[in-house]
Amino acid sequence: MRGVHYAVGGRPIFAGLDLQARRGRITAIMGPSGTGKTTLLKLITAQMAADRGEVRVFGEDLAALSRGRIYALRKRMGMLFQNGALLTDMDVFENVAFPVREHSDLPEALIHKLVLTKLQAVGLRGAAGLMPGELSGGMARRVALARAIVMDPEVLIYDEPFVGLDPISLGVILRLIKHMNAALGITSIVVSHDVRELATIADDSYLLSGGRVAAAGAPAQLRASDSAAVRQFMTGSADGPVAFHYPAPDYAAQLFAADES
Amino acid sequence: MNPRGGNGFILEGVRRLGAVTIFLVWLLLASVPALGRPRLLVHQVYNAGARSLIIIMLSGLFVGMVLGLQAFNLLQRFGSEEALGTAAALGLLKELSPVITALLFAGRAGTALTSEIGLMRATDQLTAMEIMAVDPLRHVAAPRFLGGVVAMPLLTVIFSVIGLYGAQLIGVQLMGVDKGVFWSQMQGSVGLHDVSEGVVKSLVFGVACSLIAVHEGYHAEPTAEGVGLATTRTVVASSVITLLLDYVLTAVFL
Repeated sequence: MRGVHYAVGGRPIFAGLDLQARRGRITAIMGPSGTGKTTLLKLITAQMAADRGEVRVFGEDLAALSRGRIYALRKRMGMLFQNGALLTDMDVFENVAFPVREHSDLPEALIHKLVLTKLQAVGLRGAAGLMPGELSGGMARRVALARAIVMDPEVLIYDEPFVGLDPISLGVILRLIKHMNAALGITSIVVSHDVRELATIADDSYLLSGGRVAAAGAPAQLRASDSAAVRQFMTGSADGPVAFHYPAPDYAAQLFAADES
Repeated sequence: MNPRGGNGFILEGVRRLGAVTIFLVWLLLASVPALGRPRLLVHQVYNAGARSLIIIMLSGLFVGMVLGLQAFNLLQRFGSEEALGTAAALGLLKELSPVITALLFAGRAGTALTSEIGLMRATDQLTAMEIMAVDPLRHVAAPRFLGGVVAMPLLTVIFSVIGLYGAQLIGVQLMGVDKGVFWSQMQGSVGLHDVSEGVVKSLVFGVACSLIAVHEGYHAEPTAEGVGLATTRTVVASSVITLLLDYVLTAVFL
């Protein structure tokens, strides 16, 4: 991404964002809530177009691509949604088989083997017959991960993969992200605000703030940064450049205004 | 009335009509490949049609019985009770069956379609499909639209048959109209054009109600409130459009 500008209703989300995810590495994109992390993923997956600047995926400028070309690029990507986004009218097996059935004419026996292999990789082969409503949050995310890798993507995008998980599920997801990256050579982009977890798996990391990249480098480099904004985020301080209080009129004046009227 | 407000209302109406029309064109284009996937289509005909059967059959029976009572009472005043079969058949086939089936369809299958697609939007299922390079219009919207279009005439025919049975039950069994006269009068006076009027109406209502339901769900605000509002809009818009189209079609057929 180079010089990306994006605004919603006149409010700038990105103002000249520069960012690069390198092939075969895990790139973490961090930032406080509201810094546009999910918007960034929507730009990368061409769900939205940048107002200005350049977003390139596999070397191709998304703004110049037709819908057909964008769909062709998406076949080379996988995405893990925050809530899993499993199709609720299909069981686990069919959810994982869905992209294969849509994009290939593989015989049923081969699809069966392929799906079971992917479910085995996320440890849920035994849950193949369950419906999405019967899964816990962590299980749903693992099924979604199996679905995301079933077409052997070159890039895997994770949107807040650790939110709402218990420590065991969180550990499992962390291990799977690392494993997918190492075993399959997938380029991974992980968007999250869970600094501690990301630090254990990320090769490169970016911290977003104010619509730009506030800091970039290995997680250890970010921790050692002397920028107040970076330090506040990495240490989780309540106050700092990102204020605890939302902008409001004077506290005392507002409290006693009612008495006077 | 504030002229700007009035203009705004008209402009919004025209904008919505335009949006629905463009959506219909996309939907029809997406329906061509969807027709090649009969399994998806049959599943949606089952959802929209078979699951509405009980309410359609019960309503058909009661409407037919009421029609039998009212028509008998009216015809008796003129000494024409033997025309009961004709009156019931024409009333049901041309008017009551297509309209009431469409209204019931909007309340049962239409709301189910809107809320299902709306919830798929709210839970990122449609976005997930797009990311998997699967067009949700082709995979989700088109089969549901086609399912509704196919189901509506079938439900209307079932409504008519049960309704006629209800009218016969009251007229012949309760009021004592001769059974042979009831059916033979009907056979002699009801033509193919009367039946086709009902079928054409039900097809048009099927397109309109399914289009509204799918459009509202597909464009619902991805929140609980948004899906609720979209579902309400489906019932209101489908009911009003059905009655409006009924007038237009009746005028065309007369």
